[in-house]
Amino acid sequence: MSENIKVVENATCTFCGCVCDDMILTVDLDEKRITKSKNACILGKAWFAEHYIEEDAPAAMIDNKPVSIEEAVEEAARTLVNARFPITYGLSDTTCEAQRQAVAITDSIKGNIDTTTSVCHGPSGIALQGVGESTMTLGEVKNRADLVIYWGGNPAESHPRHFGRYAVTAKGMFTPRGKKDRHVVVVDVRRTPSAPAANQFIQVKPGKDFEVLWALRALVKNRAIDPDIEAITGVSLETLQELVDRMKNCRYGVLFFGMGLTMTRGRHFNSGALLALATDLNEYTHFVAKPVRGHGNVTGADNVMSWQTGYPFGVNFSRGFPRFNPGEFTTVDLLAKQDVDAALIIATDPASNFPQAAIDHLAKIPVICLDTKTSHTSQLAHVAFRTSTYGINTEGTVYRMDDVPITLRKAFDSPFPTDEEILTAVKKRVRELVLAKGRARGATGESKAAAPVQAI
Amino acid sequence: MPETMLLIPGRSSKQGTSLNKGKLGEEYLDITSTVEIDVDEMTRLGFNSGDKLRLKNHIGEAVVTCVPKKAGHLPEGMIFIAYGPTSSRLMESDTAGSGMPLSKHISVEVEKIS
Amino acid sequence: MTECIQLAGGKVHDPANGIDGDIRDLYLEQGRIVETPSSKPRKIDVSGMVVMPGGVDIHCHIAGPKVNLARKLQPEDHRRDPHPGTEHTRSGAGGTVPSTFATGYRYATLGYTTAMEAAVPPIGARHVIEEFHDTPVIDKGFYVLLGNNIFLQQLIKAGRKEEFRHAVAWWINATKAYTAKLVNPGGDEPWKGKKNSNVKNIDEKSDAIEVSPRQVIESFIETVNDLGLPHPPHIHCNNLGHSGNFETTLETMKTAGDKRVHLAHIQFHSYAGEPGKNPKSASRQIAEYVNEHPNITCDVGQVMFGKSTIMTADAPLAYMLRGFKKAKWVNADTECESGCGIVPFSYQEHVYVHALQWAIGLELFLLSKDPWRIVLSTDHPNGGSFMSYPKLIRLLMDREFRREEIKRVNQKAINGTILNELDREYTLNEIAIITRAGPARALNLKNKGHLGPGADADITIYDEMDDKEAMFNAPRYVVKSGEVIIEDHEFRQDYYGKFLHTEPGYDESIVSEVRPFFENYYSIEFANYAVNDSYLHDHEVIPTV
Repeated sequence: MSENIKVVENATCTFCGCVCDDMILTVDLDEKRITKSKNACILGKAWFAEHYIEEDAPAAMIDNKPVSIEEAVEEAARTLVNARFPITYGLSDTTCEAQRQAVAITDSIKGNIDTTTSVCHGPSGIALQGVGESTMTLGEVKNRADLVIYWGGNPAESHPRHFGRYAVTAKGMFTPRGKKDRHVVVVDVRRTPSAPAANQFIQVKPGKDFEVLWALRALVKNRAIDPDIEAITGVSLETLQELVDRMKNCRYGVLFFGMGLTMTRGRHFNSGALLALATDLNEYTHFVAKPVRGHGNVTGADNVMSWQTGYPFGVNFSRGFPRFNPGEFTTVDLLAKQDVDAALIIATDPASNFPQAAIDHLAKIPVICLDTKTSHTSQLAHVAFRTSTYGINTEGTVYRMDDVPITLRKAFDSPFPTDEEILTAVKKRVRELVLAKGRARGATGESKAAAPVQAI
Repeated sequence: MPETMLLIPGRSSKQGTSLNKGKLGEEYLDITSTVEIDVDEMTRLGFNSGDKLRLKNHIGEAVVTCVPKKAGHLPEGMIFIAYGPTSSRLMESDTAGSGMPLSKHISVEVEKIS
Repeated sequence: MTECIQLAGGKVHDPANGIDGDIRDLYLEQGRIVETPSSKPRKIDVSGMVVMPGGVDIHCHIAGPKVNLARKLQPEDHRRDPHPGTEHTRSGAGGTVPSTFATGYRYATLGYTTAMEAAVPPIGARHVIEEFHDTPVIDKGFYVLLGNNIFLQQLIKAGRKEEFRHAVAWWINATKAYTAKLVNPGGDEPWKGKKNSNVKNIDEKSDAIEVSPRQVIESFIETVNDLGLPHPPHIHCNNLGHSGNFETTLETMKTAGDKRVHLAHIQFHSYAGEPGKNPKSASRQIAEYVNEHPNITCDVGQVMFGKSTIMTADAPLAYMLRGFKKAKWVNADTECESGCGIVPFSYQEHVYVHALQWAIGLELFLLSKDPWRIVLSTDHPNGGSFMSYPKLIRLLMDREFRREEIKRVNQKAINGTILNELDREYTLNEIAIITRAGPARALNLKNKGHLGPGADADITIYDEMDDKEAMFNAPRYVVKSGEVIIEDHEFRQDYYGKFLHTEPGYDESIVSEVRPFFENYYSIEFANYAVNDSYLHDHEVIPTV
């Protein structure tokens, strides 16, 4: 360890959607490493400790051969402009500033843009569009919640500080005794490591979440439900009735939910049933719900997409304006249908977690990849950029799972450019190429300035 | 005779920490190709800790290592795996118009191979 | 370097400088209007056309957390109204809650060059500024929600006026806001903490906070005036939308005494009748009070028939509106600071209440004696989209058109109003006042809303037409900061637009009071709360007065 040590206070961990902004990082500036990350959870500690600069790694490669960044930008821009059906995908692990550039590129090339939301809480986004939501920032949970229910999620392993910082043991304005002032319920198909944190664990048969949620809605409205509910769902009528009584009589109730709802049978119907349940309960008391989002800035991606295009994910610009259609303009579908002929993948690794059919198509087309590390996707990429890590080497804005924006602090400099820098350069070159292409086809830009690009 | 079981991929602490060391690292690949099965169910099926199992469905197949999970955590017929390249091989790409593959509810045939 | 431009031969409407349709040449240089140009200007012949300052929207909802949630909520709103890009402009989505790019360009195509987002929770300030970066052409700022801020209410309760003043100034600086906004002051705590109840009376104290709405209103009016913020407290009164609420509105105005105050979307607060029953018009009582009190400015919040989106920090109101159709509804609580409700909505001619709201708005416009203190707004998108401003202008300028429109709506509602008796027609100069000169003055934007030397060269040029809706729908030229953005109805370039905010002074020692509250009750770190200067880019600090 060198003498050249810096301490960064109020730094932010962007590993998961909790986006804890109370990190105290000890940085060895000579070694370019974070040697200590006070307040971080087990995942955050690994996030900071394992972050080191691979000085020898090339910043840009074409077909796995090192090239200058300029050459790689040129090749990336040409690949995207020449494609008939280019897609942009990823974005959940980069700053909003970079996300804004990615949408701009896709608008210019009339491509398709989608984020990891489509394979995480995309169904919850669809549910929101159907039924709305009653929701809150996490500080409201800390200050007010006396009933907290986690459904289909395992924060003890996926969001380790969710309990302590926001929702279970956190002490707030009207909950001065923390957990003693709350009743906590975990609902899941398996007894996860989160279950011991709760006062009550309710085990649902796999694939039966919707039935349980719908039965709860009926009971809230004092309607009769199928007496065989226990045989169908694994949860007894008494348990459900007791839960309904608790929900109706609490002061400030919260339903957190995870991908146990969105990734199983029912998908957006499950999320919709849960959101509708929370809404229904507002006839009796104050009740809110919130998906426990995964990646550090997946919520920012939803926000940037929504303000720039009007839609949160799954957006297609092929007609010169944004259109939204999950199932058609979402990435797994597009790749599996083999419609796509070029892909710009930013800060995610679909080659390691998509269904095999989608991965197979990704391997056949030119991929442009921006990542901080070598990944399955970067290995199959035609153009691969190595970029600096947000929240460690890069400042910028991220949105916590509850849409609260937070500004990142830099711990130390990276020799690699930021996602924003690369995407801004690609955008500039893409625009030049698109305009040139338009003029070559007769749209005279100078004399008739407003000739629409979409005529190309 | 292969046993039909329900594979639930999910996050785990070890998957999360090893991910930071790199998705191409041995530790991540090990963790994402290890399945948990209820200890009593393992006995019933004649599996031992460390056995190699073949998981197979209409999409593809994968070889995984099995470890026991203490009783009461996983219901009968359910196996748990940390997300990663292994679960991808068994995942249906059809999203039923939602954009989301059924990533947490995968029916597989399980067979011991060694 | 911007070129020097001569706008030659137009009929200039510049009420702030006493110019009412005179034929004049205007010279633009370096983004400003100048007396004489320093070099030979490019001449644009605008003879026969009407020249006005760019429009100023004093109250709209165009950016930030609730707006973006309303965008996410309504793909159906965007789908029927796409916004294609051009060589110079980005694409987007329209509807009642357009995407950021569509918002900026569409304001520009109506000749508006400045717009103020009217309700942002402090913790969402960073978000609103990020969206502003992607809202082209127009200059923009926002009002920060402080009327349900728990820390500030505690200071009010303790009678710590000095600390309250410094804390308000600290919050304005920390969020880079333009002024303080109050929405249903005192109503958040019973909503969040007492099973979705609300305050019903301006003097009712909520159990947890023990401060009445009147105390909050009084404290802000006094403090914001003391601080000299360019715009006074911008108030959304208690009891919005409820029958009989005009008394609350009158009480709120009385609380101001002779101090400056702005009442937002006053149409929604001008209802007589008994609570829980159908409303009646109280526009005469409200207009009379406003007419007699020069310290008061207001915007109307006109209802226009068709699709709207209710989005408000007044969460109990949104819940009440949700009750009519039980369609999708959003509630969003912001810790220690605010509430929020969103409901897709539509105003229909045949519905008594909607027709009455429409008529009350028009009555207020027509009964108002001083156009400088009543601003044209639809509380976009609550009363309707800003895209309906041209139609609203025609309703005010064209008596015959108004009569035809009156015939199409619920007559029972009309019969309870005096709308049929009001013959007044707004002149072009009066329109220039209620859409530009007046709001610029109410905002203390000294370089906007007029065309005198030194003013920002934000100019709109219309073809003069009998059909005022058509005229105001499509200006032939729009100039922003001296750049010709729209020429012959088409975009010729993109433009960024400035961010407007203010920086009142305060005693730094207030930080040591705010910080402990933060550490106990907020979920982000105090050090990460204030918006840093990296978000500013092109901006202008509007001085305190």
